[in-house]
Amino acid sequence: MSLVLEGVSKLVEGEHHIYPTDLTLERGTMNVLLGPTLSGKTTLMRIMAGLDVPATGRVLWEGRDVTGMKVQDRKVAMVYQQFINYPSMTVYDNIASPLKLMGVSKSEIDKRVKDAAALMQLTPMLDRRPLELSGGQQQRCALARALVKNAGLVLLDEPLANLDYKLREELRAEIPRIFEESGAIFVYATTEPEEALLLGGNVGTMWEGRITQFGPTPKVYREPCDATTARVFSDPPMNFTRIEKTGDKISFGEGQSAPAQGALAGLADGVYTAGFRPDHLHLSAQGADGLHFQCHLNVTEITGSETFAHLSHGPDHWVGLLHGVQDLTLDAPIEVWLDVAHVYVFDEQGKLVAPAAFAMAA
Amino acid sequence: MNKVENNRAWFLVLPVLLLVAFSAVIPLMTVVNYSIQDILDPHTRFFVGDEWFREMLRDSQLQSALGRQLIFSFSVLAIQIPLGIAIALCMPTRGIWVAISLVLVALPLLVPWNVVGTIWQLFARGDIGLLGVTLNSIGIEYNYTRGSTAAWFTVLAMDVWHWTSLVVLLCYSGLRAIPDAYYQAARIDGASRIAVFRYIQLPRLAGVLTIAVLLRFMDSFMIYAEPFVLTGGGPGSSTTFLSQHLATMAIAQFDVSRAAAFSLIYFLIILAISWVFYTIITRATKD
Amino acid sequence: MAKITLDNLAHSYFPEPKGEEDYALKQLDHVWNDGEAYALLGASGCGKSTLLNIISGLLVPSRGRILFNDKDVTEQDTVARNIAQVFQFPVVYDTMTVGANLAFPLRNRRMEPAYVARRVQKIASMIGMEDMLERKARGLTADAKQKISLGRGMVREDVNAILFDEPLTVIDPHMKWELRTQLKALHNEFGHTMIYVTHDQTEALTFADKVVVMHDGKVVQLGTPEELFDTPEHTFVGYFIGSPGMNLIDADVSGDKAICAGHEVTLGGRYKPMSGRVQIGIRPEFVSITSQDQGLPVTVKRVEDVGRHQILRAEFEGRQINAILPEGLPIPAAPIRMKFAPERISVYVNDWRVAPDEVTATPSKEVVL
Repeated sequence: MSLVLEGVSKLVEGEHHIYPTDLTLERGTMNVLLGPTLSGKTTLMRIMAGLDVPATGRVLWEGRDVTGMKVQDRKVAMVYQQFINYPSMTVYDNIASPLKLMGVSKSEIDKRVKDAAALMQLTPMLDRRPLELSGGQQQRCALARALVKNAGLVLLDEPLANLDYKLREELRAEIPRIFEESGAIFVYATTEPEEALLLGGNVGTMWEGRITQFGPTPKVYREPCDATTARVFSDPPMNFTRIEKTGDKISFGEGQSAPAQGALAGLADGVYTAGFRPDHLHLSAQGADGLHFQCHLNVTEITGSETFAHLSHGPDHWVGLLHGVQDLTLDAPIEVWLDVAHVYVFDEQGKLVAPAAFAMAA
Repeated sequence: MNKVENNRAWFLVLPVLLLVAFSAVIPLMTVVNYSIQDILDPHTRFFVGDEWFREMLRDSQLQSALGRQLIFSFSVLAIQIPLGIAIALCMPTRGIWVAISLVLVALPLLVPWNVVGTIWQLFARGDIGLLGVTLNSIGIEYNYTRGSTAAWFTVLAMDVWHWTSLVVLLCYSGLRAIPDAYYQAARIDGASRIAVFRYIQLPRLAGVLTIAVLLRFMDSFMIYAEPFVLTGGGPGSSTTFLSQHLATMAIAQFDVSRAAAFSLIYFLIILAISWVFYTIITRATKD
Repeated sequence: MAKITLDNLAHSYFPEPKGEEDYALKQLDHVWNDGEAYALLGASGCGKSTLLNIISGLLVPSRGRILFNDKDVTEQDTVARNIAQVFQFPVVYDTMTVGANLAFPLRNRRMEPAYVARRVQKIASMIGMEDMLERKARGLTADAKQKISLGRGMVREDVNAILFDEPLTVIDPHMKWELRTQLKALHNEFGHTMIYVTHDQTEALTFADKVVVMHDGKVVQLGTPEELFDTPEHTFVGYFIGSPGMNLIDADVSGDKAICAGHEVTLGGRYKPMSGRVQIGIRPEFVSITSQDQGLPVTVKRVEDVGRHQILRAEFEGRQINAILPEGLPIPAAPIRMKFAPERISVYVNDWRVAPDEVTATPSKEVVL
């Protein structure tokens, strides 16, 4: 069982909302679409569901062309950011509603509803109405309704966005577990990199109507194919700076340089963009050949376990994510270290030309 | 959005289509047919082209009826829209008074047109009507069957009484849809009552006001039963509006060809003015 | 700018509250310092919005007083309190330009035009909308509108306090970073008293000098982000702050040892004998894995690679224990043991933290990962 998009695109008033996209999703996988608002996540999901017809291309379900087939005739379930339940029905009837429409027998309905409710920890609330529940419970009710259908394709459009932080954290941990059991294809849209990482599976990073990269989540995180992917898949955002390669040396400005080893050795001389994640900046030297920068500290934010340092380095704004609570003087110079093994190198078009050495080792 | 198409749904539209054809399209075409012929009797008719239309446009009676009609409709809008907004703003927002005031406001809308005419015919009579007697007793000479000003005033007052409620209800629902946060923010920003109206309430009423203006314009432009019952178009022809003029022509004089041409012109005027209103209002709310 | 005092404050939405449970807000006695940034943090329904409405004057408390700079303002309305507020969803005046929106609170107070123009310019550059000042606010995206709302909240310099009610709900994650940093920078620059309501711990901790953690109508802890992280006074704080939250394990504590289901754990101090439900709490950040014959034996359930670190979800005696481990650290599949940093263990009796009589291990400043 698989869902294949072949050259699917979407035009609205002559503007590309989705550029031609190829994508194959396999049975029993969790696929996260990660990207900012309006990057095309919802549009792509609507095409997968059959709510919209693509301008070009085909949608194949189990090898059969289903482009243009109505959503009612497909085995699709969808959960939205808003908690959508039938307000006048009890939780039980809400969960049972798709089964009743499918004409499933009463005893079978009862069994499946109770199983889904148990999975979603809704058993004590089956007799209540959705509006008497908390937001998290309402969304769990909507999720249970999607699950109970045994749909082959389950689409989740930012389902946790309207929930409290802590509830979100709990459901995030639950969702992969639930979905492992069902064997369906899951597509999950989110704006948050952390959520994508927690859900695991595959990720497709989206930017302005394109899937910039698709692959196993940790791989995309560690080997982003271009600067856009790296930026989308990094929270706090990835730091960038201009570098120059001459001969066997890479200079970072300020007289900082590193020997061009490994993948960097083969690069042509010229100007590149270096990118590194905030958690790879340090306040002390990490090994002998670390790079060393003079920055200006603008603001710090402390979470209790970590400190975010907002730095200026020449024209660049960087964020450093430092372990522990750091008592730093604001609006003052500060020295930071960076291991060259953590640096990604992108060319002028933003394509990755040399991945960070540590990512290749991992 | 190109949604998935389901052509079977068209079958469901078919009965409605037949019904509309039977009740609207065919009669309309008949009217068009009449308007370009001279019908002497059911068997003698000949084609005259646009002659009736040209004659109608030159007709002085029609021109003055149109003038009266325009003055009337714009007076209706000028009074009912501000009055409706004002009443909606004064209405309670919570407690049992919400239900009570809504019912009170809605009452006039439940009265049939000709009954409204009859009520006002009695209400405004100089000898026994409460309004007429009161006005006369405080020294204002008032007799709507003789003075054309008095007749005008009465027809206008009647329409305001009957239809302002519609504007009130529309505005009230529009006002209720404004989130509380807007009012709180305005208080915190130190906005005056007028500023709250100007920058929060009015912009957010734009949608319902468009509907209110269009409905009230179209309805008042077609007003028939109430003045017909109240004044019969008099005194003289001072309150004879377009619809009554048309009815007289078509039914009393049985001049169907002229009436057909007239009614088509009438229809186009309403369409044109409504379109103008619609574009002005939507354009104003867009930028 | 003002110091805010909550004096014996409580609120119930019932006209005649019967018992404790009828109160949305239970007994509050706090003094919030002038010029500090506070965050009210808690799950929905914990009473944080009720408290915010009492401070802003939209709600009169059923009991107690609220004072601004020692002046009783309990009965005063919002306008008289001279505060600014930013709401969860953007509130903009659609028919006005962006500039007029920002100027609105100043113009209503008849400030000098030159001052208004200067101030609007400054705020616009802060929210990054200098080139949009002449544009009508209608039709802007939700986050642009929310930036205008934030700007309007900041435009007045003479306010007693600025209140934020979950202001970043509609903002994209990337933008959240930027706006939060700007708010923080602005606070450093102008020193307004700021109160920020949120359910998002990251927002609360990064924004505020002091975080007020609320649970079930009560303030369970008021402290700096560091205090909330290092020494949660209540198990709720341990659970709510940090992601994942603190691990809590039932234990018997005697002296500087805890016994968890027959396994001994060394604590960072000596404790008096105690009664009630005793638990030890340890943050996932201070849990490490070891193959040696020490610590608690656990079964690994899942390992989540979240990029900059891994979350190991394991089970000990039917209870989940989480550990945060460094990026790239290999985790053996075989049964493993978990070790806790002794100086980072807190002891809880009936959900409240107990301080040791004598500290035997002090935490190092740098968290070792």
